[in-house]
Amino acid sequence: MSGAIAEGWREYRRSPVAVVALLVVLAIVALALLAPWIAPQDPYDQAGLDLFDARLPPGEVGSGGYVHWLGTDNAGRDLLSAILYGLRLSLMISVSAGTVALVLGTAIGLSAAYYGGWFGALAMRVVDLQLSLPAILLALVLVAMLGQGVPQLMAALVAAQYAYFARTAYGAASAERRKDYIEAALSTPLSGRRVLLRHLLPNTLPPLIVVVTVQIATAISLEATLSFLGLGLPITRPSLGLLISNGFQFLLSGRYWISVYPGITLMVTVLAINLVGDQLRQVLNPKHRR
Amino acid sequence: MLGFLLGRLAQAALVMLVMSVLVFLGVYAIGNPIDVLIDPAASPDMRAALIRQYGLDLPLWQQYGHFLGNVLSGDFGNSFVFRIPVMSLILSRLPATLELAVTAMLIATLLGVPLGIWAGYRPEARSSKVIMAASVFGFSVPTFWVGLLLILAFSVEFRWLPSGGRGPAGPLGLSIFSADGWTYLLLPALNLSLFKLGLLIRLVRAGTEEVMASEHVRFARAQGLPEWQVVGLHVLKNIGIPIVTVFGLEFGSTLAFAVVTETVFNWPGMGKLIIESITALDRPVMVAYLILVVLLFVVINLVVELTYGFLDPRVRLKSGA
Amino acid sequence: MSTLKEAPPALEVRGLRTQFPGRQGLVRAVDGVSFAIRRGEILGLVGESGSGKSVTGFSILGLVEPPGKVVAGEVLLAGRRISGLDGAAMRRIRGAEVAMVFQDPLMTLNPVLRIGTQMAAAVRAHDRVSRAAAWDRAEQALTTVGIPSPRARLDAYPHQLSGGMRQRVAIATALLHRPKAIIADEPTTALDVSIQGQILAEVRRLADETGTAFLWITHDLAVVSSLADALCVMYAGRVVERGPADAVIAAPRHPYTVALVGSVPSGHAPGARLPQLAAGLPPRGADGAPDSGCPFRTRCPRATEVCAAPPPERDFGAGHTALCHHPVEAAA
Repeated sequence: MSGAIAEGWREYRRSPVAVVALLVVLAIVALALLAPWIAPQDPYDQAGLDLFDARLPPGEVGSGGYVHWLGTDNAGRDLLSAILYGLRLSLMISVSAGTVALVLGTAIGLSAAYYGGWFGALAMRVVDLQLSLPAILLALVLVAMLGQGVPQLMAALVAAQYAYFARTAYGAASAERRKDYIEAALSTPLSGRRVLLRHLLPNTLPPLIVVVTVQIATAISLEATLSFLGLGLPITRPSLGLLISNGFQFLLSGRYWISVYPGITLMVTVLAINLVGDQLRQVLNPKHRR
Repeated sequence: MLGFLLGRLAQAALVMLVMSVLVFLGVYAIGNPIDVLIDPAASPDMRAALIRQYGLDLPLWQQYGHFLGNVLSGDFGNSFVFRIPVMSLILSRLPATLELAVTAMLIATLLGVPLGIWAGYRPEARSSKVIMAASVFGFSVPTFWVGLLLILAFSVEFRWLPSGGRGPAGPLGLSIFSADGWTYLLLPALNLSLFKLGLLIRLVRAGTEEVMASEHVRFARAQGLPEWQVVGLHVLKNIGIPIVTVFGLEFGSTLAFAVVTETVFNWPGMGKLIIESITALDRPVMVAYLILVVLLFVVINLVVELTYGFLDPRVRLKSGA
Repeated sequence: MSTLKEAPPALEVRGLRTQFPGRQGLVRAVDGVSFAIRRGEILGLVGESGSGKSVTGFSILGLVEPPGKVVAGEVLLAGRRISGLDGAAMRRIRGAEVAMVFQDPLMTLNPVLRIGTQMAAAVRAHDRVSRAAAWDRAEQALTTVGIPSPRARLDAYPHQLSGGMRQRVAIATALLHRPKAIIADEPTTALDVSIQGQILAEVRRLADETGTAFLWITHDLAVVSSLADALCVMYAGRVVERGPADAVIAAPRHPYTVALVGSVPSGHAPGARLPQLAAGLPPRGADGAPDSGCPFRTRCPRATEVCAAPPPERDFGAGHTALCHHPVEAAA
C-alpha cells in the first residue's frame, strides 16, 4: 500500500503546477485551522467592532492600535481577520457537506449497483434527473423552502452534491459487479455485505477521491455564491461570499479592497483545489498509468 | 420515427407530471398554501372567502387537480409584490434572460470550439497548455467573482462599459438591436459564458484528440487530404454531437446561472426576479419559476435527443427500426 | 542482354529503415528493407504481426506516427525519389500517386459521413473540380470495382454496407486518382472467405487492366499464394526471403518461410501435424538494438553457432533468394 502511495506521489510530482497547488491547499487549510490564534481580531465579536474603523484602506492603523494590513470592511472589521475566519467557515461547511454527500451518495450508488433490479433503476433515475438540474438551482430552491442558516445551507449543499458521488460510485461498482470474480465471490458462503465492502467499495475509491476533491471546491464556490446572493449565512458570521457581497456596493466608489481580498482568497482556494483534483485524476486513472 | 417521437413526448409529459406533484407537495403539503396563494396583508374575512375560492378546504387530491388545472391553463396566481399575474410578470422578464443566455452560449461556442480543436490537434504545444490552464480557471472560479473582476476592470478602471443595467428594449423586448444595448450586454454575457467556455474547450479537446488518433483520420491522410480538411471534415462532424449536447443541455444550466450574473450586473431578467422573490417571500413567483424552468429543461432534453438522430446516422437507423 | 532500357519499377524501396523509441532503446521496426514492384505487378509482403510489414507501408507514404521515424532509405516512384520530400509535396503524392487500403474499413471510413462525402473529399484533395463532378468520379470508381447501383451506395453511411462492400469502397477510393501503386494493408483479413475470394479476383483484374502496382501486406500466405506475382517474407524488420510467388511457396528456403508455408492447412495431407514454431524474441545487442546475426536463430530448428554472424544472401535462381546460413534444400 505504501508502495502504491509512493508511486502515486512520483506520478503526481511530474506536474510542478500541481505540486505548488498542493502546497497552497495545505497552507490554506493551516491558515483556516489556526485562524483564532493568528488573526489580530475576533471578527464575530460585535462588541469589539468600532464603526469609526469602517472602510479603512489597507495599511492604516485603526482604533485597536494595530495595522489593518488588508484594510477594514463596512462594519469596521479587520479584513485580514475576517478573511481568515471566513475561510475557516467556508472550509468547514464545504468539507462537512462534502463528507455527508460522499457517504450518502456512495451508499446509494453502491446499493443501486449491488442490488440492481427496480431499486437500482429507480435510484439511478432519480440521481440522473437531479444531475440534469444545475446545482445552483437546486440549492436555490431548497434555501428558498427551508430558510437561511448553517444547517439549511448544509442540507442544500448535500442535496446538490450527493448525486455526483452516487453516479460515480454506481458507475465504478456496476462495472466491477459484472466481472467474474464478483460472481465467484457471491457464489461462496461469504456474506453479500462482505463482498460489497471488501470488493466493490475499494474499486470505487479512486474515482471518488477525485470527485470529492472537485466537489469540495464546488461546494466552496456554491456556498460563496449563495451567500453573495444573500441566501447563505447570517450577516454576523460572514463567510468569504458574504464579505465579497458586502464590499460589492463599495466597488464602484473605489474602495476595492473590501471585495477584492476575500475574492482573491476564494479564487486561489478554489483554483488550487481544482488543480490538485485534476492531477489526482491523472494519477488515479488507470489509462494514464505507465 | 413518429412512434419514437410520441414515446419521447409521453416520457416528457410524465416527468412534468411528477414534477408538478413534487412542487404541489412541497408548496401545499409541506408549506402553508394559504401563505402561498393569499396575500398576508388580507383581512380575516377576505382570507376565509379566498380559502373557499381557492378550494383549500377540499381534500388534497382535489386540490391537486385544481392546481394542475390552473398550471395547465397558465394561471399561477398574482405576485404579492408586483400585484400582476405571475405568468405575464415572468414572460416580461424572459427576453432579457434569453438574449443574455444565447449571447453567452454563442461566445462560448465561437471561442471554445476553435480553441478546443487547436488544443486537441497540438496537445504538446505551449499555446495548448495555456488554453487548457485557462479553461481550468474558467470553470473553477465562481461566476460572481469573475463578474466583479470584469466590472472592476472594464467599468471602474478603464470606464469602457457600464457596470450594470440593460439598454433600451427594442422589438420583441430585446436590447440587441441597438449599439447601446450591446454595451450593456457585453460584460454580463462574457461573464456568463466563461464557465461554458472552459467546459466546451475541455470537451472539444478530448473529442479532437480521439478523432485525430482514429483510423479514419489516418485513412484521410493517406488519401492526401490537406490537414485543414482532415480537421474540417472529420473532426468537426465527429465532435458535432457533443457540442450540440452541451449547447442544448448546458443552455438550461446557463439560464440557471444567469441568476448570479443578473444579480451582479443588475440585469432585469428572470434570475434577478427569482432572487427578489425569494428574499421578498413572493411564493407564487417562486412556484411558477420552478415549474417553467423544469419545463424548459424537459423541452431542451427532448430537442437535444431529436437532434442526435439528425447528426448521427447510427442513432437514426436504430430509431427508425 | 536487352538493348532497350527497361522502364523503372512503379514502386521501389531501397534500404528503408524506420525506428521507434522503446523501453530498452530504439526498436528497428523496419531494418533495411528493399524491394521493387513493376507496373501491374502484385508483390505480397508476408510476415507475422510485429514483423514490420505495416510500418513498411506507412513509411513509404511518410505516415509513420511520431515518435517513430524513417531514418534511412529511399522510396522511388516510377524512378522519381519521393522519400525526404516536405510535408506539402508528400501530401500531393499521397492518394494521387500512391494510395493505401487498410484492414478494417469500418474503422477507416468515418461512420458519421456519407460514403460519397468521403470519396468526394478524396477526389477534391488533388483535383479542383466541383462537388457534383467529384461525386460523379466517385460513382465511376465504385462501378470499376463492381459495386451495383453505385449512386445509392454514395448516399449510404458505412454501417449500412456489408463488410465486403465497404472494402470495395476503400479500394475504389484508392483507385480514384489512378495511382501508380496501391499499398494494401491486410485488406481482406476482416472478411469471410468467399467475399475474400471475390475481392482478390477483382484486385487481380484491376492490376492487369489498369497497370497499378500493388504492395499486398498480409500475414496470410494462403491469400497471397493465389494473388501475388512475387513474395517478400519479413521477419523482425528484415526481408529474409524473396522470389516469384510460386517458387517461394513450392520450395521455401528460409526455415521461417518453411514454417509459414507449413502453417497453411491446405498445403498438408489431412491429419498431418502442423509444424510448431518455438517462441522467442530476436536477439539483441548490449545497446538494445538487434545484432547483425540472423534474427530468427532463437526460434530456428536449424540454428547453429554460425548463425550469430550476419547471414549470407543465397541465390536459388530466377530471383529467388534467402538470407540464411542453413537454407532448406529443395524437395526433389
